[in-house]
Amino acid sequence: MSATRPGPSTAPGGGGPLSCTGLGVRVRGTTLLHDVSLEVRPGELLAVLGPNGAGKSTLVGALAGDVPLAAGTVRLGGADLATLSHRERARRRAVLLQQNPIAFPFSVRDVVAMGRAPWGDEAGIDAAMARLRVDDLADRVVRTLSVGEQARVAMARVLAQDAPVMLLDEPTAVLDVGQQESLMRIVRGLVAEGRAVLAVLHDLNVAMAHADRVIVLREGAIAAEGPPRAVLTEALLSDVYGQRVRVVDAPGHPTPLVAVDPSPGYASPSG
Amino acid sequence: MRRGSGTAARRGPGTAAVVLGAMFVASVLAALMLGAYAIPLGDLVRVIGDGPSGGTGVAHSVFWQIRLPRVALATIVGGSLAVAGVIMQGIFRNPLAEPATVGVSAGASVGAVVAIVVGLSDLPLGVQLAAFAGGTLATALVYALSRSDGRTEVVTLILTGIAINALAGAIIGFAVFVADDDEIRSVTFWSLGTLGLATWRAVGLVLPLALLGVVLSARFARVLDTLALGDAPARHLGVPVERVRLRAIAVVGLLASAAVAATGMIAFVGLLVPHILRLVMGPRHRHLLWAAGVLGAIVTILADLVARTSLAPAELPLGVVTALIGAPFFLLLLRTTRRDAGGWG
Repeated sequence: MSATRPGPSTAPGGGGPLSCTGLGVRVRGTTLLHDVSLEVRPGELLAVLGPNGAGKSTLVGALAGDVPLAAGTVRLGGADLATLSHRERARRRAVLLQQNPIAFPFSVRDVVAMGRAPWGDEAGIDAAMARLRVDDLADRVVRTLSVGEQARVAMARVLAQDAPVMLLDEPTAVLDVGQQESLMRIVRGLVAEGRAVLAVLHDLNVAMAHADRVIVLREGAIAAEGPPRAVLTEALLSDVYGQRVRVVDAPGHPTPLVAVDPSPGYASPSG
Repeated sequence: MRRGSGTAARRGPGTAAVVLGAMFVASVLAALMLGAYAIPLGDLVRVIGDGPSGGTGVAHSVFWQIRLPRVALATIVGGSLAVAGVIMQGIFRNPLAEPATVGVSAGASVGAVVAIVVGLSDLPLGVQLAAFAGGTLATALVYALSRSDGRTEVVTLILTGIAINALAGAIIGFAVFVADDDEIRSVTFWSLGTLGLATWRAVGLVLPLALLGVVLSARFARVLDTLALGDAPARHLGVPVERVRLRAIAVVGLLASAAVAATGMIAFVGLLVPHILRLVMGPRHRHLLWAAGVLGAIVTILADLVARTSLAPAELPLGVVTALIGAPFFLLLLRTTRRDAGGWG
């Protein structure tokens, strides 16, 4: 029950969204996250952006329960994350990390089936493989596949977990343009099913085109939050990334495009 | 479609069960019949029919007092070491891990060697019990030392195991230094591993521990698969990684300490058997665990047969045989596995 907190109610079916308040993470005296509060709503893709070292992956780790919190709480499906067992967490949220190495020569089917571990059944494995188009590779050993194929296998495993909340840390990082687009279409499909998806994205244009809402992190704190068109302005991006960028409307393109301005000499006001 | 090297090796578990079963029966029969005193099949059937207390004659006592306890102990010890190897490799996500990696074997040998030097070998099962205590203690010590912030990093665990192994080596070296000649022979023979001391009492000591370990290990099958993804992804899939690893290490300590306590250090069984099976059956632990138990028994029975017949009437230490056969084979496996599966990563 999230009666203590205003905002959208939990999703139907007892799953529900993910939220955190006053989140702080410190590692050996260094503050990695400071006073981060956010909520991922059902049927929404929330993109987390920011330069390297801004705390994006730490945020995913904190929301996933991997990183000890110095301050604040994480709520998952209406319950305090700290009170949930590993299995209860796994039934409520799935996590895709940046790197997905696999020990031993497991097949694609084996790995996707591991996504069903929290449920103890074999449901939806074929569907997940088909959706990521790795069904042709079902009997192949995962670590003999290409990097892009391995990334799709990892995503299929996350899909098979069938959780109402999904945390994706740079799901498109190793994909080519075509694979990136088809993966984002799959993510949009998950959102359309009513899932709450938080994705760390590197590519600002991917965020602009696909995210419902974005959060921009800078030095472990939220610098801006809102719809991508409102947040991803030339001023904010140039400031946060320390690199002058242009945000331009392209004829026939549904969303503005973000491009690096090659002219030198931009000095970030923040340093 | 590219097939071959990149395609997962999958023999059906049914086929594997039949093949392993046949190999087990054949190796048991060979080990019972061959040796310094040969027992032909007809005599074998007769002495079995006579029962343990019914018959007389050399064949009867060789079979019931020497061969059968020896084969039984080889089965239990080999199976235990191989199952312990599967679990070890699973929780470390490293095919080079085996019971020795966490210091179980080293701890057990320290226990036994110290027991020999201080004269505990006069007590019934004194050396065995000391070995078991040493192995369990070393396992607990390695685990406690390698934990920080409630977590155990795989690399830390293995490095701590290496340090414990070095410490154990120093203690054994010192014990050998202060030991007299008889004790040194006993220490040396024991630390190279032997089934020559197999008695029904030793079987009775190890069997309950091994059975308990094997039954408990069956509970880890699915979790070990998930752990192949790494600690964090396994946790994201609902596996309480720390608790599982603690329990798994306890089971490994149980299996390996019991095995080393009964026979001394037998190298490569816990390392080699899981490797061979993974190449033939694939990496799924549900099948790997029971198959390792059977193949571990087969390998140990046959290695012991070689140890006591190749230089008869002298008897080679069993650990020497397993290392002589195991090490080159292991190197070969390393090469083929690296080529086929792109290394371990």
